[in-house]
Amino acid sequence: MLKIENLHVRVEDKPILKGITLHVKPGEVHAIMGPNGSGKSTLSHILAGRDGYEVTSGTVTYQGKNLLEMPPEERAREGVFLAFQYPVEIPGVSNVYLLKAALNAVRKHRGLSELDAIDFLKMIKQKIKLVQMDEKFLYRAVNEGFSGGEKKRNEILQMAVLEPKLCILDETDSGLDIDALKIVSDGVNSLRAADRSFILVTHYQRLLDYIKPDHVHVLAQGRIVKSGDASLALELEERGYGWIDQTVSVAA
Amino acid sequence: MSAQSVERYQTLADALPGRNLPWLNAIRQVALGSFAASGFPSPREEEWKYTNVTALEKKLFQWLPPSAAEPVDAAWLEAHKLAEAWILVLVDGCFNAGLSVLDGLPENIIATGLAEALIHYPDQVENRLGAALARESHGFLTFNTAYFSDGAVIEIPAGVVLEKPLQILHVSTQNEALANTRSLVGLGANAEATLVETFVGVAGVGYLTAAVTEIRLGENAGLVHYKVQVESDKAYHFGGVYVKQEKSSRFTQHNLSFGGLLARHEIHTAVGKAGECELNGLFLAKGRQHVDNHTLIHHSEPYGTSRETYRGVLADRARGVFQGRIVVHSQAQKTSAEMNNRNLLLSEDAEIDAKPQLEILADDVKCSHGVAVGQLNPESVFYLVSRGVDTETAKNMLTFAFANEMVEKIGLEVLRGQVQGHLLDLFPQTGIRRDWL
Repeated sequence: MLKIENLHVRVEDKPILKGITLHVKPGEVHAIMGPNGSGKSTLSHILAGRDGYEVTSGTVTYQGKNLLEMPPEERAREGVFLAFQYPVEIPGVSNVYLLKAALNAVRKHRGLSELDAIDFLKMIKQKIKLVQMDEKFLYRAVNEGFSGGEKKRNEILQMAVLEPKLCILDETDSGLDIDALKIVSDGVNSLRAADRSFILVTHYQRLLDYIKPDHVHVLAQGRIVKSGDASLALELEERGYGWIDQTVSVAA
Repeated sequence: MSAQSVERYQTLADALPGRNLPWLNAIRQVALGSFAASGFPSPREEEWKYTNVTALEKKLFQWLPPSAAEPVDAAWLEAHKLAEAWILVLVDGCFNAGLSVLDGLPENIIATGLAEALIHYPDQVENRLGAALARESHGFLTFNTAYFSDGAVIEIPAGVVLEKPLQILHVSTQNEALANTRSLVGLGANAEATLVETFVGVAGVGYLTAAVTEIRLGENAGLVHYKVQVESDKAYHFGGVYVKQEKSSRFTQHNLSFGGLLARHEIHTAVGKAGECELNGLFLAKGRQHVDNHTLIHHSEPYGTSRETYRGVLADRARGVFQGRIVVHSQAQKTSAEMNNRNLLLSEDAEIDAKPQLEILADDVKCSHGVAVGQLNPESVFYLVSRGVDTETAKNMLTFAFANEMVEKIGLEVLRGQVQGHLLDLFPQTGIRRDWL
């Protein structure tokens, strides 16, 4: 699904990622954990195609294609989805309008016809139940005036509608209370499939209580310094990131 | 230069309505003297600094008496008529009863042409003409007073709440035509109405619209006034709306400007004691269009409220102007006034001059203003693109959304649909789909 090989990225003159290697197979859930400033968000943004980053070396291959060469809209159409840490508010564009525009762009790319209004609504009403949102949210402007939890649920709704292959969740758990965390996690779990992979970027272990990862990687100072199974997350929770920082300085 | 225009326009004077009324002749004479001395406004005048209309002096716009009018394409006209409304149609500056829709208008309401009104209600017109223009003076107004050929007269008596909206449909059909109209709108105490003024022109035709609307709102009266400017792309448009608000009256205005080569809007109001005023504006310009919005709110009495929101979208080499002025006079304590203007520049060659002015002479007031000029937020563009929408469509969606927020303030549903249509016409690229809205 996704192969990141020795990826180096800098922002302006500052190196942020210093040699990331990560392989994600179909159906797998990978958690990327790390302290603030470790490069977690940079990694998710670079995969989604945000500009402002410079790749100085390394490759990213997605389904056999060079991901870094694709413009962001093509990545989305090819099935890459980033759930934003801070989803932007877009006054004047209704949620339902964005969902239709996005879905039809993706369907067109896949050689499918556009959904008509009736089929679209039928589909959307089913998907919105996954994230337990009221249907009135469909007709509100994208994220405008939404609470933190509502914004994150809206991201998961978009994900459910677009049915991506590679889902990147950037700190989706931040700012959520326990109920919202549970709803978001249930939504994600219901989307797990043999041909769909997830990268969960998170600071805290608690999201992983609800979405069980196959692999956990610890990112520190732009490198993956430790990889393991779900138990690594628990160990981190117990010992804190200080433990990792020590490991890194010893290695250096 | 102005002597030349005076000479030219003077030849029509004899055909103008109300020649038999000495009071009107006297008013016209004074205005003519003033116009002859100063001509159309010059960019040297502070309030006309950003809009140069000197080209008008050289043009040969002429008033065409109604008999000379060509028949109007019925289907085209129909598209601009408001459904479920009483409609006064002015063609090339003259009231056309045949095209107007006034069936079922309650008998106590006057809605007719100004020339007609000068015949049937000359005293009422005499009392009203110029009443809202006491503080105004510039070349377009003197030109208008000296030479107005017709206009609409609407009088709604005290206590009447109009069940359907009224529309004044200003239509221009011929090259080099002059539509110079004066309209008088009056609402008695506690009366309520919705008035739509639509300005349209046949595509490709170049002409001059000079339309002055005087509005008087009696105590506790409420008027929602919409102005929809979709003139032809070669048209010059001057449209001034001047309002006098009595105590506790409410005036809401939506100024939607899409057409014309050069357009100047003036919306001036004097808010009465505990009166309310809401001014909403949306102007879109592309190519070499120039659009100027000049608003002025006088708070002369205490407890008044005004809310002003203007948005501009300028593409290509278009130029926009927002001059918004609020004056809170010394006796207008407890006034609450807010002004906001946001502008989107879609190209490097587009330009906006934004000049908010608050003059506060009272000490116990709440006033604020904000102006922003910018491009689309790159974060928002990326958000849409990351969902699979291409960049051009994403930008169109965001631009449309910025403008559409003002369109959504339109309470009159049939009009909102019409205006949204005009807005969509300006986004011919893919991505904005009416059936998705």
